[in-house]
Amino acid sequence: MMNRMECLRVLADHVTDEIVVATYSSATDWLAIVDRPLNYFAVGAMGLASSHGLGLALARPEKRVIVLDGDGSLLMNLGTLVTIGAVAPANFVHLVGHNGSYEANGGVPIPNKEVDFAGVARAAGIESCHTFTEIDDFTAAIGSLLKAKGPVFADLVIEQGPLSKRDYSDMYAPARREAFRAALDAGA
Amino acid sequence: MEDKVQDPVAGVAARLSGGAIISAIKDAGVGYVLSVPDLHTSYGLLMPIADDPDLKLIRVCKEDECLGIAAGLSYGDKRAVVLIQYTGFLYALNSIRAVAAEHRKPICLMVGLLGKPPGVAPRDAKRVGLRAVEPILDIMGIPHQLIETDADVPRIASAIIDAYEFGHPTALLIGRRPVAP
Repeated sequence: MMNRMECLRVLADHVTDEIVVATYSSATDWLAIVDRPLNYFAVGAMGLASSHGLGLALARPEKRVIVLDGDGSLLMNLGTLVTIGAVAPANFVHLVGHNGSYEANGGVPIPNKEVDFAGVARAAGIESCHTFTEIDDFTAAIGSLLKAKGPVFADLVIEQGPLSKRDYSDMYAPARREAFRAALDAGA
Repeated sequence: MEDKVQDPVAGVAARLSGGAIISAIKDAGVGYVLSVPDLHTSYGLLMPIADDPDLKLIRVCKEDECLGIAAGLSYGDKRAVVLIQYTGFLYALNSIRAVAAEHRKPICLMVGLLGKPPGVAPRDAKRVGLRAVEPILDIMGIPHQLIETDADVPRIASAIIDAYEFGHPTALLIGRRPVAP
């Protein structure tokens, strides 16, 4: 079993100028690892990370967009997979931390911990779908997944926690949105 | 599907042209339309938009997807209109609250008021959902306009342009079924 922090540390080794859209626990941990202007946390409502990412991918086709989602969040907007499958942005990578719980809300279980997210994504029309349960496999694959023609979907089966310190007021601060815009405008 | 009645104010036959609305959103620089189908606007707007090579239509599964997609598009200076029914507006309220009202993203809602008789103010409609739309927008600080006849159409482009230039949401309430081009 993997944990989210080690997966994100592996991912961080490959991230350069990509836009990273992250939400809830994934955002908390990602921010603890990499605080950078091209992080996008302004999702606003639970479940919308991938929708923001889709818009960004269409708006900035020259940049790769990586969405760090959660299983509870994705379940709140499962139709997004159908929309992404239909639009099929080539620069879109969707990584879902699958720990079977609404971890940011107290670790309460999702309705079905065993849901096959990669299977759902594939059925929704996304061709490149993957499931990872071992960190060595994820480490070996992530570099090529980030370069592959999107959309790419990966279910990262992880255990709960440990959670980094949460500071939503900092994460959602308007200054971060302004820095994100400035970085894009500067051609970062 | 034409909704053509005697306008109680003007005393003349009133109509709302879908083609004029589509021209107006193009004049405002809109390149994307994000939509869940609405019987009120399907024939007059959505179907012609789907066939329009100047507009990219993204069909979504639920209305709140539109809020995220439109916000993301705005970071590439891509303008979008969210074309939904008032029931979908009600469904997506939490996303509208977050992305449009709190983050002040330039979200341009075009909301079909299915079931509202032309000439009747939304606040006076029989359906509770229709009556709720404008008060909710007011509470959220989202400016809104009723688009009910061709005379209202010139206000569409300016509302969208203002939203994107000054960074705020706006709502255009389609009060009568647009006539297909």
